[in-house]
Amino acid sequence: MNKNKEQLLNKRYKAEKRFRLYGQSAIFMALLFLTIFIFKIFSTGYSAFQKTWLIVPVTFDAELMMLEQNPSKEDLKDADYYDIALKSMADLDPNANEDQENELKRMVSYFFEREIKRELLNDPSLIGKTKDVYLTASDDLDQVFKGNYPRDLPEDQRRVTDYQLKIFDQLVELGKVESKFNLSFFTYPDSREAELAGIASSFMGSIFSILVCLMIAFPVAVLAAIYLEEFAPKNRFTDFIEVNINNLAAVPSIVFGLLGLGILLAVFQLPRSTPLVGGITLSLMTLPTIIIACRASLKAVPPSIREAALAMGASKMQTTMHHTVPLSMPGTLSGTIIGLAQALGETAPLILIGMVAFVNTIPGSPLDPAASLPVQIYIWAESAERGFVEKVSACIMVLLGFLIIMNLFAQIIRHKFEKKWS
Amino acid sequence: MFIFIVLLGFTSYYFGRRKAYTIQSTNKRLTALPQFYGYYLAIWCAIPAFIIFSLWAIFEPTIVKLLILSDYSNQGYLDDELNLIYEKTKALSRGQFTGEITPFIEASAEKYLSLRSIAQSSKAVIVLSIIIASVAYAYKKISSNSRTREPVEKFLKAVLFTASLAAILTTVGIVFSLIFQTIDFFKVIPLFDFVFGTHWYPAKAFVRDSSEALDPTMYSDTFGAVPIFAGTFFIAFIAMCVAIPIGLMSGIYLAEYASVKVRQYAKPLIEILAGIPTVVYGFFAALTVGPFLKEIGNSMGLDVSAESALAAGGVMGIMIIPFISSLSDDVITSVPQSLRDGSYAMGATKSETIKKVIFPAALPGIVGSILLGVSRAIGETMIVVMASGLAANLTLNPLESTSTITAQIVVILIGDQAFGDPKTQAAFALGMSLFLVTLCLNIVALRVVKKYREKYE
Repeated sequence: MNKNKEQLLNKRYKAEKRFRLYGQSAIFMALLFLTIFIFKIFSTGYSAFQKTWLIVPVTFDAELMMLEQNPSKEDLKDADYYDIALKSMADLDPNANEDQENELKRMVSYFFEREIKRELLNDPSLIGKTKDVYLTASDDLDQVFKGNYPRDLPEDQRRVTDYQLKIFDQLVELGKVESKFNLSFFTYPDSREAELAGIASSFMGSIFSILVCLMIAFPVAVLAAIYLEEFAPKNRFTDFIEVNINNLAAVPSIVFGLLGLGILLAVFQLPRSTPLVGGITLSLMTLPTIIIACRASLKAVPPSIREAALAMGASKMQTTMHHTVPLSMPGTLSGTIIGLAQALGETAPLILIGMVAFVNTIPGSPLDPAASLPVQIYIWAESAERGFVEKVSACIMVLLGFLIIMNLFAQIIRHKFEKKWS
Repeated sequence: MFIFIVLLGFTSYYFGRRKAYTIQSTNKRLTALPQFYGYYLAIWCAIPAFIIFSLWAIFEPTIVKLLILSDYSNQGYLDDELNLIYEKTKALSRGQFTGEITPFIEASAEKYLSLRSIAQSSKAVIVLSIIIASVAYAYKKISSNSRTREPVEKFLKAVLFTASLAAILTTVGIVFSLIFQTIDFFKVIPLFDFVFGTHWYPAKAFVRDSSEALDPTMYSDTFGAVPIFAGTFFIAFIAMCVAIPIGLMSGIYLAEYASVKVRQYAKPLIEILAGIPTVVYGFFAALTVGPFLKEIGNSMGLDVSAESALAAGGVMGIMIIPFISSLSDDVITSVPQSLRDGSYAMGATKSETIKKVIFPAALPGIVGSILLGVSRAIGETMIVVMASGLAANLTLNPLESTSTITAQIVVILIGDQAFGDPKTQAAFALGMSLFLVTLCLNIVALRVVKKYREKYE
């Protein structure tokens, strides 16, 4: 009898331990996913911050450039750089035939002509002389140099030919290949060529969308929250508004995209693919988030503050505007930042309103077509070229960096400025 | 013009306040603080002018268009052709027209320009006179020292009220944007075919030559949404298979077992998972999880698609873990301590208390949180677009690829859309069904959670 009891107790204790273990392993799993995730992104992405350059001697031959004696700055700008650019690449292998010359040309980006031009414009005295110029390597060679490209594939399955690899290896041995910080990733707009693609256009698109979103969502949401929390009578209608807000917070984001497409583009005829439309769509999405946050922090202001103001003869409006609202601002602001961070990561609605269009200029205003960072991730992730994989990861790192900064900022505002009542 | 109105508004504020001071200096008692006089005048100055200004901006293009096209009205043009003529006219007047210039269009371009300039100047005159009239009215009111605080506050309250309507307006906007296209869609495709048809092949609708009349029989067997609904719920089901056990168990652990320190670190870390943009999950699923599963499957001799439902659903499940864990954590912590104490006093272990007392007590809240998670899973877009297939297969094999409502919407609407095309309308019909399903889930979930909260408060 006693033994039976002990067995039962043991069994129960074991069950207790097992249950605890389940809980621990659940948390462990969740954190494991997070770690794998971050590790994967960083390990594929960090190499995109480096860019491979080929150092090629270029002879600035005035004749080939169709330049006359003592050219002016204008002449230099209009000169023909293609021939000397081509020649300097072909000179890498003096006994190359025509096909091979073509392959040599494809070892650098199609931008090489302009890179040579920039060199000369910086220093016009180079005419007639030879200088080593840094040329952006093609994305395939870039990947080879970073070790992301399998060299042992048969040649017809590779985008780099054996001949290109041979020349490239020679250059590496000569120390004519260099890896430097990839500044163009941050300053160039999107491009079809992986080695030239940058996030500048989508970055500006994101900034403009978020600004438009902030300018619409913040005032409307704060005003709405003030009304609902401080002035609204308790009746059916305000209940209806509340239900509406709570539902909107849970409506799938793609439905907002359909709203933007069906109303903003089709009815109001706003320009497609612009951060303006994107920002308006996102603002409708963030509205409920900010309203809920603002109401919560208005509710947290103790009634004694309001009563004191009313007792001093302030009107209800003055009480609210001069006392309650300023005291609730820290909570509202941190809620707003969190809402904006959500909007910053949103992709689907922006795709529907056409912000996936290929944009190779940097937008200067919310009315220019643009992409946004998450959409850029989507665009690059869909392209087949190997060079884009690390770009996607790098773009994700930039985006995550922004989200982390915004969330930290929200935390700081909340902890530094929020008053603890009670 | 807009800036001008704003500037006038500011100056009238100072005017109003100064007036109040002068009244004060004559030893009369003011009826409100001086700044209210200023606000009063500023509101009267800016608001009527602003309303006229925006009405004008809305109606001017339509009226100008009507006037221009009235020249062509009796020549038997179709609506589309008239629109084209109008666009040509506008382009010509801006000097951006590149096509052939006919004298007709040149004439209307000139007319367009003159109409525009008339409109501009008359707008300025009307807005100015409105400003003068309303400011004069308000100034007289102020001078007679009548009440100013009440009207100003009433105005502010009206502004607050209008802002609170934004939520309703958004909902109305969603419904409107969906409903018209959906109705048009069901005029061509019978509702029955959409809800019960088993073939989804919208690309077929593209083959049609746009000049041909719509032939409904062509679309039978094209827009059957069953495979898509099935795919949506299937992927959501896989996601919940991942999210419910992990999310629920970590919620329980955090609420009941974890020390303060573990809780302090683990909770925000898990919530990071909720803050990661979904496009990032999509990339992760497509690049890492999909090929990984395929490799494992191949090594076991299984034929796994690289875009399997399992990869998309699994990664989606990871995304939903934090929703379920933090909501159920909240729910469990709000179960009153007395229930726990009672159970411990009867000799129950901690896990027995959780399983037999706390879990049943918290069940409604937990169900609510799971429903919210399901609604997330159904509405999730980027993960499925990137990681799952785009062809709609009717299958229950998690290793094959399926498609979902959201993925189909994106596939159909990416790039240029022609409104009025059944394919585009199909996307809106899908959006409508998505909206309705998630709406029901949300309402039920929110109600359950709210009921639960009230029970213990």
